[in-house]
Amino acid sequence: MTAGTIALDGLERDALTELVNIGVSRAAVSLRKLVGEQVVLSVPSLELITRTAAAQLIRERENERLVAICQDFAGAFSGRALLIFPEGSSTSLVKAIAGSELVDEELTSMEDEALAETGNVVLNGCLASIANMLQHRLTLSLPQLIRGDGQTLFTDVGCSPDEGVVLFLYINFAINDRDVRGYIAMLMDLPSLAALKILVNDFIARVVGSDEAGLV
Amino acid sequence: MGITILIVDDSKLARIVLSKAIAALQPDWTRVEAGNADEALAVIDRQQIDVAVLDYNMPGRDGLDLAAELRSRFPSMSIAVATANVQDEVIAAAKAANATFISKPVTEDGMRGFLSGAALRLRSAGK
Repeated sequence: MTAGTIALDGLERDALTELVNIGVSRAAVSLRKLVGEQVVLSVPSLELITRTAAAQLIRERENERLVAICQDFAGAFSGRALLIFPEGSSTSLVKAIAGSELVDEELTSMEDEALAETGNVVLNGCLASIANMLQHRLTLSLPQLIRGDGQTLFTDVGCSPDEGVVLFLYINFAINDRDVRGYIAMLMDLPSLAALKILVNDFIARVVGSDEAGLV
Repeated sequence: MGITILIVDDSKLARIVLSKAIAALQPDWTRVEAGNADEALAVIDRQQIDVAVLDYNMPGRDGLDLAAELRSRFPSMSIAVATANVQDEVIAAAKAANATFISKPVTEDGMRGFLSGAALRLRSAGK
């Protein structure tokens, strides 16, 4: 199967980017409440690439080992959402949430739990907003913590291991005062993308009006 | 002279949705669009703009940055910033630029207050 068979046209791509932007913006509001500092977001990027290329994209930017909290989602379309940090940032994040007066042993013992909870808040917020706007319910798996490189994060459990093209959406964020930065990413395989395309078109028709949708 | 509203958003879909809501609420206003802050400033150099609706998260300069510049150049312009990112710092920056918040996704209901307020201010200014 090639990407060409299920390519997204300009407005579909635009609508999907806007949906992710709104979902991530709302999730950032939740994250801000947890850490007490402003969370700065980039503009979302959307690519149709292989998992290996997606992993490469992250690897080019990050030399450190990565920590990710991931949740698989299923419904009319399915895939995986990830909140990814370089390992150093994840420790700073736990400090920001739990309070800097904790000693190192306490931090280590609660790091995984704190990260899972953060991932849960951020990813749920993001996916729920997107599901609501598309008017389709998504069921979410429990958050799972993965440590490793980009390849591990994108090809580990839950996803089909083939080398097919996936829809890769990502946004990077930073909490400047806390020296924390990371990514929110979403991966969807092509059968899901076909289903998503239908929902995105329904969404466009709803917000634009079906009479005008054909003209733009 | 009529009233002109400038819509600035990098998303074409978002511009269509904003434009549609504005057309429903203020059908007599002229709508002009820009895809980023630089385009918006170019439009403003060419023509009179009375009201501006700006997206927050755009490539290049963001909507708050643009709002601050517009405010310094046009003290009485009605400006709104549209975003789902309602973090305290974002709200504070919008307040500092005396801009109204509109939550995304934009709806007619969400636009109504801002547009009628802007219309009222323009009328009392004799426009």
